[in-house]
Amino acid sequence: MAADKVDPIHQFHINKLIPIDIGGYDLSFTNSALFMVTTVVVAAAFLFLTTSSRSLVPGRLQSVSEMAYEFVGNMLRDAAGTQGMKFFPLVFSLFMFVLVANLLGLFPYFFTVTSHIIVTFGLAVLVIATVVVYGFMKHGFGFLKLFVPHGVPVFLLPLVVLIEVISFVSRPVSLSVRLFANMLAGHITLKVFSGFVVSLSALGALGVAGSILPLAMAVALTALELLVAFLQAYVFAVLTCMYLNDALHPGH
Amino acid sequence: MADKNGPDGTGETGRGKQHEPDIRDDDLERRRRDLEASLATRRPDRLEGKDDAKAGGAAGYGQAVKLSSEFIAGVVVGAGIGWIIDRLAGTSPWGLIVFLLLGFGAGVLNVMRSAGVVAEFGQGDKSRRDQDDKK
Repeated sequence: MAADKVDPIHQFHINKLIPIDIGGYDLSFTNSALFMVTTVVVAAAFLFLTTSSRSLVPGRLQSVSEMAYEFVGNMLRDAAGTQGMKFFPLVFSLFMFVLVANLLGLFPYFFTVTSHIIVTFGLAVLVIATVVVYGFMKHGFGFLKLFVPHGVPVFLLPLVVLIEVISFVSRPVSLSVRLFANMLAGHITLKVFSGFVVSLSALGALGVAGSILPLAMAVALTALELLVAFLQAYVFAVLTCMYLNDALHPGH
Repeated sequence: MADKNGPDGTGETGRGKQHEPDIRDDDLERRRRDLEASLATRRPDRLEGKDDAKAGGAAGYGQAVKLSSEFIAGVVVGAGIGWIIDRLAGTSPWGLIVFLLLGFGAGVLNVMRSAGVVAEFGQGDKSRRDQDDKK
């Protein structure tokens, strides 16, 4: 009984809220879908409501929105130059989605969308598909120069190109695995330490005294998770910018 | 020693090195410091922006997860490509073996790239400096 109370994986279960079945495909509205919708609504509502007054001297919340805008804007301009600013809507949406999803996941009983690899992989594939499609559109086959480093001897070229291609294909994998692993590991750790508090305090007065330690740990971990939530959204956006830079300027 | 304390720029130290026939201990020491300084100005510029936000306690943790995920992704993708080739061409297990090894290569390349010791995709040192100029 204690085992399933402290089951740290349980929080990641997908539950069907509204079962929908179309043509043999399971298109149910799940708790994951609910929280994705919530994420989008929260992010959009926050940005919309805080900037709707459009005062010249921003209030507190409006300056938060403006800071987010300038933060992502500078990041993109640094990584991909002014030409990269045409991708600003994409990068800003990704950043806000991941950030808000991570932060919402920190609330107790909330579902963490980004702790499922299929979600993060979907986002990463979106980024890489944009890079590939735009790269070919803009440079044609010149985009393939990306895979040919300068100054490599001809007889080594096939090997090096193969390795570069694998390295390129591994980008969406590492991009998605990083976000997913961070969120998953963080939430499992939090759950395990909180579980210690519960099971220790069931042991009587001594247990209650002892449970202070894991409780302190859980509090500290929550702060760490808050940092990780922001950090991972930031890293995701920075890497997106760097990959878009490859699409804009493949091999000078 | 007075003539040697030029700026730390790479061009300066390079010229200094060629005109210096005698190798003494403090001379070597000085060159090593110059080299370190000039390496320091070159190497970490890409990483610094990314690491600024990591200045908290999570710095090492974040770096570890980043590097390991880069490496694992290279190996996994290599093995995956090999497996698919095997399935399509019926060459099992050779595709898996060859591409797993290539995947290791790609994983190491990923790690070195994200550690900032190898140039980015299809770019030499030149373009990295161009990027800095753009800032």
